[in-house]
Amino acid sequence: MHEFSLVVSMLDVAEAAARQEGAERIEAIHLEIGALAGVVPEALEFAFAGAREGTMAAHARLEVTYLPAIAYCATCQSEFELDNRFGIAMCPVCDTPSADLRQGRELHVSHLEVA
Amino acid sequence: MAADPLATRDVRVSGHGTSEAPGARVVQVQKSLMAHNDGVAASNRQTFARCLVLNLVSSPGSGKTALLERTVRELSDDLHLAVIVGDLETDNDALRLHAAGAPSVQIVTGTVCHLEAEMVARAADQLDIAAVDVLVIENVGNLVCPAAWDLGEDLRVTMLSVTEGEDKPLKYPRIFKDSHAVIVNKLDIAEAVEFDRELALQSVRKVAPAAAVFELSARTGAGMAAWLAFLRERLAAKRG
Repeated sequence: MHEFSLVVSMLDVAEAAARQEGAERIEAIHLEIGALAGVVPEALEFAFAGAREGTMAAHARLEVTYLPAIAYCATCQSEFELDNRFGIAMCPVCDTPSADLRQGRELHVSHLEVA
Repeated sequence: MAADPLATRDVRVSGHGTSEAPGARVVQVQKSLMAHNDGVAASNRQTFARCLVLNLVSSPGSGKTALLERTVRELSDDLHLAVIVGDLETDNDALRLHAAGAPSVQIVTGTVCHLEAEMVARAADQLDIAAVDVLVIENVGNLVCPAAWDLGEDLRVTMLSVTEGEDKPLKYPRIFKDSHAVIVNKLDIAEAVEFDRELALQSVRKVAPAAAVFELSARTGAGMAAWLAFLRERLAAKRG
């Protein structure tokens, strides 16, 4: 249940950005989460429901976009999207395993809706 | 059916509508949730400039403490090890490592399922870091939650034991993918539990093709030499 720690960080980031904009409250938080970030949506929602009380985001929506995992093949010098959810990055062209993950670990606040 | 966190799709996990609220304005943020932790981890790296730092992760009961007890004893002639141990409760592991001859600081995390860079910074304050050659951070026994938290380590080392199932790397891809080394422990009982070595190594290679792999028994000492040589080599490389 590390999602609670993540949500606390998320609220810190969001409140700091909203205050800087002189906003009164946060209407929505838009998150980007990589496919290999290890976050469970239900756990995130549960943690958010508990942690947002008393913050500027007390009534905010949480909108999550999941980003696909993308790896780089050094042999073909090209990127490819992982076709499985086990973190196996085999180049679809040359069948070489890649250790170079270019996208999939993200845990970002992309933007807010504030009022 | 439970939602699949690894599937690629848009999911709205909360709220009552997708359109912007009336009167609301959009503020671009583009900031990582890990930004604060990563900053503290970078500062830890400066503190740890002269020692090799490992972040050791595994499931509960894989033998992290047993591995460290033997590592401490076998390197004790010329290297000083220190250990920061994270556990939900008790200081049993720190006491075991202290008995093996390593200064140990226990972090009791309570309900927190992983270590964060700030906890490590506070624990490191209790050690004489200048006298330490190898600092091992023994993370909370858990293959999911510790994955996202950089602690300021040089090497992430993930351990599995032969009793856990050969497909463990496929079930916990993030932690294995970000590992510099993978240890397969409890080789001494591999036969008894019908461990399929080839299948397990294949799983590791698929998920973490660049990781160094060590097969050993922390109990009997079999296979320890390669692991200890790896630590010496990485320490020498770091100190240039």
